[in-house]
Amino acid sequence: MTQISAGAPKEKLASRTAAMIVMGISTLYFLVPIWWLFIGSTKSREQFSSTAGLWFADFNLFTNIGDLFAYNDGVYLKWMLNSIIYASFGALLGTLFAAMCGYALAKYRFPGRELIFNTVLGGVLVPATALALPLFLIFSQFNATNTFWSVFLPSIVSPFGVYLARIFAAASVPDELLEAARLDGAGEVRTFFSVSRRLMTPALVTIFLFQFVAIWNNFFLPLIMLRDQTLFPVTLGLYTWNSQVNQIPEIRTFVIIGAFLSIIPLIIAFLSLQRFWRGGLGAGSVK
Amino acid sequence: MTTTSVPRLKARRTPVKHKRAIAIFLAPFAVLFAAFYLLPIGWAIGQSLLVVERDGTFGKPVEVFGGLTQYILVFQNEAFWASVGRVALFGVVQVPVMLGFALVLALLLDSPLVKGKKFFRLAFFVPYAVPGVIAAIMWGYLYSPNLSPFAAFTSGFDLLAPETVLWSIANVVTWVYVGYNMLIIYSALLALPSEIFEAARLDGANQLQIALSIKIPLVMPAIVLTAIFSIIGTLQLLAEPQVFRSFTSSVSSTFTPNIAVYTTSAVPNVSLAAAMSVVLALATFIMSFVFLKFTQRKGDQ
Repeated sequence: MTQISAGAPKEKLASRTAAMIVMGISTLYFLVPIWWLFIGSTKSREQFSSTAGLWFADFNLFTNIGDLFAYNDGVYLKWMLNSIIYASFGALLGTLFAAMCGYALAKYRFPGRELIFNTVLGGVLVPATALALPLFLIFSQFNATNTFWSVFLPSIVSPFGVYLARIFAAASVPDELLEAARLDGAGEVRTFFSVSRRLMTPALVTIFLFQFVAIWNNFFLPLIMLRDQTLFPVTLGLYTWNSQVNQIPEIRTFVIIGAFLSIIPLIIAFLSLQRFWRGGLGAGSVK
Repeated sequence: MTTTSVPRLKARRTPVKHKRAIAIFLAPFAVLFAAFYLLPIGWAIGQSLLVVERDGTFGKPVEVFGGLTQYILVFQNEAFWASVGRVALFGVVQVPVMLGFALVLALLLDSPLVKGKKFFRLAFFVPYAVPGVIAAIMWGYLYSPNLSPFAAFTSGFDLLAPETVLWSIANVVTWVYVGYNMLIIYSALLALPSEIFEAARLDGANQLQIALSIKIPLVMPAIVLTAIFSIIGTLQLLAEPQVFRSFTSSVSSTFTPNIAVYTTSAVPNVSLAAAMSVVLALATFIMSFVFLKFTQRKGDQ
């Protein structure tokens, strides 16, 4: 140990400095765009194009937020609410169903088990965009496009969640515990909800997060399904605004501030729940 | 024959306990999976086998079975194959660059050379919280020749020109996903037992040697996983280029396969769009599968 540090202190300093420079530049790369978005949100429309992009001019953030919320009868708030409803309820139900299915695949032996698992695994590889178009045509057979359900129902299904749930259930729920519960006379379904679900909770949070993000980021399915803008999630809403900027220039301020506000909840959720990501991602790469 | 099959049948039947519970556990997911995965896939395949026929120029259009006609049209569709070539080029460059970047950051975070690891880990992961659409809108302004804070550069060098826009989009995708991939690789690195490196360190190996000859081979499964997800993501490229269409005319209505499908379905030419979707889904399947097999065999050697 002493030999190494005595032998090459200069080299060590050099590589430390080089490492920190790489980290510093990377940090700028990742954070400067978000900083710019924040600065842009604080500026009036005139100053947005006339002042330096990376520093404050007159602080107009709250005026801008007020204008954004008032614009078009508060449609932006509606979009945010829609995104929250699609993502949180979709992820909640999706996690529950994926957990039950993955749990059954991990803890019970029955014919067709591997077939079901492999089919679901194949589902992970099917591009969501390849499903969106047929889904639209199927929903239109029932006159159900342009409804809340046409976006909500398909997004509940999470094959990746089943895959993760199976791995997690196999790892975190011991068979002996299930046997003990059986000897106590508890039913299988009750055991799942009272015992196994608790053991699987950290894993379930991970599945929930994955699916929440997937639904929150979903763009193609709403783009294809929805015409009524009061049903839009915030991504689709901002997209339509952004494509109208050339016709309605004052909308640009709303695109900037709307984009900034829309990422805040997710960033907070991410940073506070980060340990679940790491656990989940680690397990995902075990195989 | 009968004597052997009867006990086998019994032996197979007895172990299935808790049938009712299993059914309850599987049913909700199975129903939804069938309705929103299997049915659309089957529907797309069925639709892709139909052609539209008309009685004369103004006759009523009727859908009839056309065999593989739509697939022949897909294979003759130059715009579609140009879009496939575009995302292939995109993937060949962007996926290795992004994963290389993610790997370097993960190794640096895992090495003793860096201080303030928690801050960097969070900072790099933040862009993953930004949806692709929002990220594309943001970068669209950053690339703009007059509104960008880097206008001194972007007004002289057009990042939204036909030759450059693909790489401008690649940068958006890279920006969003580097932190996510870094975190996958970093978690794999953290899971490695540290005794492995002790011996190498005592032998005088430096951090770079340890990283190259010990750490990278051991976290290869994690890297393969990130590569497969990235390949799938590349073939599905849609939101970012679609957003860029409002910033520049360089992004055509057939820029990526998915945009081509979307444009074709809006014509409407539903059967051709369905055939394109099927080809795309098959290509995704094959690419992921081949990549997985290829890396597995390489790992065995």
